Amino acid sequence: MVDTIFPLVLRGACVRRRGTTLVGPIDLELGACASTAIIGPNGAGKTSLLRLMHGLERCDGGTVDWSSPAAVARKRQAFVFQTPIIMRRTVLECIAYPLAIRGMGKKRSRELAEEWGERVGLKSMLRNPAGALSGGEKQKLALARALTTAPDVLFLDEPCANLDGRATKEIEKILSDACSEGTRIVMATHDMGQARRISEEVLFLYKGRLHESGRTNNFFAAPSTAEAAAFLRGDILL
Amino acid sequence: MNELFSGFLEAGRLIISLDGDLAEITLRSLHVTLTAVAIASAIGLPAGGWLAVTRFRWRRHVIAVVNALMGLPPVVVGLIVYILFSRAGPFGVLGLLFTPTAMIVAQIIIVTPLVISISHQAIRELWAEYHDLLISMNASKRQRIATLIYDGRRALLTASLAGFGRAIGEVGAIMIVGGNIDHATRVLTTAIALETSKGNFSLALGLGFILIGLAVAVNVAIHNLLRTERASLW
Repeated sequence: MVDTIFPLVLRGACVRRRGTTLVGPIDLELGACASTAIIGPNGAGKTSLLRLMHGLERCDGGTVDWSSPAAVARKRQAFVFQTPIIMRRTVLECIAYPLAIRGMGKKRSRELAEEWGERVGLKSMLRNPAGALSGGEKQKLALARALTTAPDVLFLDEPCANLDGRATKEIEKILSDACSEGTRIVMATHDMGQARRISEEVLFLYKGRLHESGRTNNFFAAPSTAEAAAFLRGDILL
Repeated sequence: MNELFSGFLEAGRLIISLDGDLAEITLRSLHVTLTAVAIASAIGLPAGGWLAVTRFRWRRHVIAVVNALMGLPPVVVGLIVYILFSRAGPFGVLGLLFTPTAMIVAQIIIVTPLVISISHQAIRELWAEYHDLLISMNASKRQRIATLIYDGRRALLTASLAGFGRAIGEVGAIMIVGGNIDHATRVLTTAIALETSKGNFSLALGLGFILIGLAVAVNVAIHNLLRTERASLW
């Protein structure tokens, strides 16, 4: 049994599409830190980097390696998309789905799904069609679905985009609980406040390149690159 | 107009009098069609799902051929099945020619491409929506197809019902391979063809109205069973 899939090591990793480099080359090592925020302006490559790390995007150059074999590492990750992908099932069935495809029995997977539904505040809606949920509830459903498998790492692509303050707070609470239970969070976000609140480490991307990385407090107090400083000042980066 | 009115009256008379022959050919029509559609769906729905989620070299050509086969002429299918099941044919030893089984085989060949094509279209759209999620969750190809079929079940119902619609009204192929033998292979469509050729237009029309009613009743029953239109968000 492999204890951890970390560190994740990227060496010259690139994502290209139709001749254009979206991300990279990037050299990066993600270790045992509890949570990382990926920040940067629109089009910086945050989503592509997340997808590359998770394996949803093909690595067009360089390498992306976990410490454990790819097949093992893949099973110990989960991803929450910016726009939740909601299956045409009840809330309970949606949450239980990843357990079912891992071969867990129906009774046990439903028990776990009910437990997670309750934890994220969807207890009263478990028998409702998932498509009928509000935006914030759908995102909570996506989080519960991702966390039922107790992943080693949870990738999140702007999970609170378009949500109000209350829903954002509830989701951040779920994330910090998951963190304290041993799930590593890697999250792309536009919300600097959220990056400060949740992350211990920040990766600043600009034009597909990793311009700066470091402890969250240090980064926000004294960014070391001109681009990061300009971004934090609120300047428009072209 | 008189013929149409007479047809309505004849249909009513046949139903009210619980005509034994009518019940027999109606049940045979249902047996042949529903069996063929069930088998075609068992083949076509997973095949449509597989085509939607699998990338291979000749995929586009295969889809084009399947789409083209939707327009397969029933008479040609009937002729081919006739040759295959005739005494001199490769399956002649089975002795299936002029039996309901041969009619079912012909209808399966006619209906399957239709089911594959419509289900492929429905599942392709769902696959575009689910793609990242299912890849992210490391679902196997079999699990992906099963998930797409389950979640797309209401759209896929349309594929099976389209198959039913084509099969229940089919006459060319089953006439050739079934032979329209009384009390053996006669179904509603072949009975209509026979009565028309004999000049019994009222009876033919009456059977026609019963056939239409049967098709509508089966569609409504299936929609009700699967609760379509009641849970529109699914």
